[in-house]
Amino acid sequence: MNHKRTGAMTTIQHTAASTSHETGKKPPAEAASHRGAAPKRQFLLDAAAHVADTGHRTFVNSALGGYYKSRDAQKARYRDWEHARDAASLAKWTAVNRLDELLEQFTSRFEAHGGTVHWAANAEEARSIILGLVRKADAKAIIKSKCMTSEEIHLNAALEEEGYGVVESDLGEFIQQLRGEPPYHFVFPCMHVRRDEISTLFHDNLGSEPTDSPEELTMIARRHMRQLYVNADVGITGANFLVAETGQISITENEGNARLTAALPKMHIALAGIEKVVANLDDLSVLLPMLATAGAGQPMTCYNTLYSGPRREGECDGPEEMHLVLLDNARTALLADAEQRDALQCIRCGACLNVCPIFKNVGGFTYGTTYQGPIGSVITPHLRGLADWNHLSGASSLCGACSDACPVRIDIHHHLLHNRRNAARTAPNWLEKIGHRLFVVVASRPWLFRIAGWIARHTMGLARRLKPPLVREWLASRDLPSPPAESFRTAWRRRQQAAAGAASSHRSQPRP
Amino acid sequence: MTDEPATTASPAARSSRAVILARIREALRVPAPPPHMLDRQLVTAAEPPTASQPDRGSGFPTLSVLPAEAGRPWLPDGGATPEERLALLTDNLEKLRAVVHRCGSADEAGSVVAELARSNSWQRVAFHHDPLIEPLVPQLPCEVVEVDGADGSDKHRLEACDAGISSCELLVAQTGSILVSSRLSGGRGLSILPHVHVVVAHTSQIFGTLGDALEATKARHGGQLPSMLSFITGPSRTGDIERILVLGAHGPKELHVILIG
Repeated sequence: MNHKRTGAMTTIQHTAASTSHETGKKPPAEAASHRGAAPKRQFLLDAAAHVADTGHRTFVNSALGGYYKSRDAQKARYRDWEHARDAASLAKWTAVNRLDELLEQFTSRFEAHGGTVHWAANAEEARSIILGLVRKADAKAIIKSKCMTSEEIHLNAALEEEGYGVVESDLGEFIQQLRGEPPYHFVFPCMHVRRDEISTLFHDNLGSEPTDSPEELTMIARRHMRQLYVNADVGITGANFLVAETGQISITENEGNARLTAALPKMHIALAGIEKVVANLDDLSVLLPMLATAGAGQPMTCYNTLYSGPRREGECDGPEEMHLVLLDNARTALLADAEQRDALQCIRCGACLNVCPIFKNVGGFTYGTTYQGPIGSVITPHLRGLADWNHLSGASSLCGACSDACPVRIDIHHHLLHNRRNAARTAPNWLEKIGHRLFVVVASRPWLFRIAGWIARHTMGLARRLKPPLVREWLASRDLPSPPAESFRTAWRRRQQAAAGAASSHRSQPRP
Repeated sequence: MTDEPATTASPAARSSRAVILARIREALRVPAPPPHMLDRQLVTAAEPPTASQPDRGSGFPTLSVLPAEAGRPWLPDGGATPEERLALLTDNLEKLRAVVHRCGSADEAGSVVAELARSNSWQRVAFHHDPLIEPLVPQLPCEVVEVDGADGSDKHRLEACDAGISSCELLVAQTGSILVSSRLSGGRGLSILPHVHVVVAHTSQIFGTLGDALEATKARHGGQLPSMLSFITGPSRTGDIERILVLGAHGPKELHVILIG
């Protein structure tokens, strides 16, 4: 595995790319290499593999370096970033707490413009709605722009199973589709892939000439995709915001692929989680710039587009039909947890991933989730079950960088603590419980504490050598300190006595 | 429920709607703690409803009724005077790598576009009918394709165009954005499919902030908003390969803004 990443440094230095490539179709060994294992085991194995892979870490950190610089430059343009965060937080908080009312308002206004809203209680229902629409359109070719909600419901696999070809048009998603991998980061899907890997991938799949230039690689994808837009029957997009006041959906993107996806095919299907609704069109005048600045260090994302229904009378192009699929898929379970309800305020900017020391060390695939990083660790236990996904609550140093970075002020790192607490309540770890009881018994009895301390001091060296079962895992990546020669209390007493002795000898000396 | 879905929805879909709305209402019976905000004054304004005030709809503050701060003095500046706005817009557009052409008159704009066509050897240019654009078209030294003619827009022909010339609804100084719509800017494809997008606008179309722009757009179209409204902020771009900026991912590689007046 490591030999693949050793090339990372040379690529960053813009020297010749490494020559030993794997074929593009085969996912690299480190990509979710333990997929299929139980979630916690998979996390631990993948985390260990990624942490050891210093080439990968250096590469990801270097890719994020430019982000920090441009984000700070754009934040400085705000006359008061913290006040803007207050406003964004309030806008989303209000919407989440009026969700039923706003969804109904949105639906009636959206449908008044000629579009159709479909409600899907879970992933299966969403897939079957979309499959039904695609069948109805008699689709020969489907073009799709980036939509994390579609990753959540595994839409592409469902479409392909029915024999429909679907092409991801976002460059990063396209690369991941060719690699047969899920997105590494929900905003920067292929930030872990080096340009020489992409060059080989395009060479193998599209027959292009190898190149070392990101620009030329982008143009290869551009040329490949143009006829696909023109010939597709159905375009599938996500949505970043649903505006209740006007019945519009808002899509944010940089490449123009979502614009093309919603312009040229005769049917436009958008898929969005129910939490995407906002009350007023005016809310976007705060949320759109903040999404761009927090997520990618831009003043505004290149295209922020509002759609309300299919082509209208008097307009010269656009789809004949527009459908919006509203997905619950356990979002209402998160809504029911009033303490963590603010996690539904998330606008998926990805800022918390970009600043997270855990993400930067274990990488995006280790999480094994649709939504990676701190916010993913908060919401995944709600979406998929706390019993299997509580280990993500521990994937945090609790440094709070995520909460500081969040443009809508979600209290991310405290929610990780809340999940830990909830897990301890619902599925207590008996070993931990006995341990804590024992500690209380010992710590509340000074004589017992003294004895326990003596035993610990005299067995620590042995434990370090023998690595007994209970501490073996802990010792695998850490060292036990050398045992102190004496207990703190003994040392303190000696120090006090020495100080008293010094003071008395000082007093007895005559002043000069 | 007063708003039943359109008749196209199947009975199953209608029941999922009922199920989801019921789950939401059940969940919202427990009020959430107030939003996390630094400004305590705003928090007080946003107190969640109490049992005595069950009407969650009317009692709630929304962003647009936040304390009198029409200009939102905390967002990036939008410029106080027309001159400031023009300067800010030009500066922002140039930082975004759009090309700004200042023109005194429509005639001058015509020769700028014609020169662009000549120097870039454009073979085919798409346009739509608009008082700002029509005077420029005869000056173009190449084939022209109208997207809003009697035959309608043909996406295959549009794809073969080197450039698209469109008007816009307005421009936003604060962010350097251009708002195009499917109604006034030649549909959905013209501003995104050709390799180069040329926007022709008058300086009187410049607005300060995004908030002002959205307000003006709502006022202009009333209840009948165009099916697409798009804020374009610079030429198409991507950073997907090693986070290195590349212009012209799928949309236009070049964005020319011709400002008349």
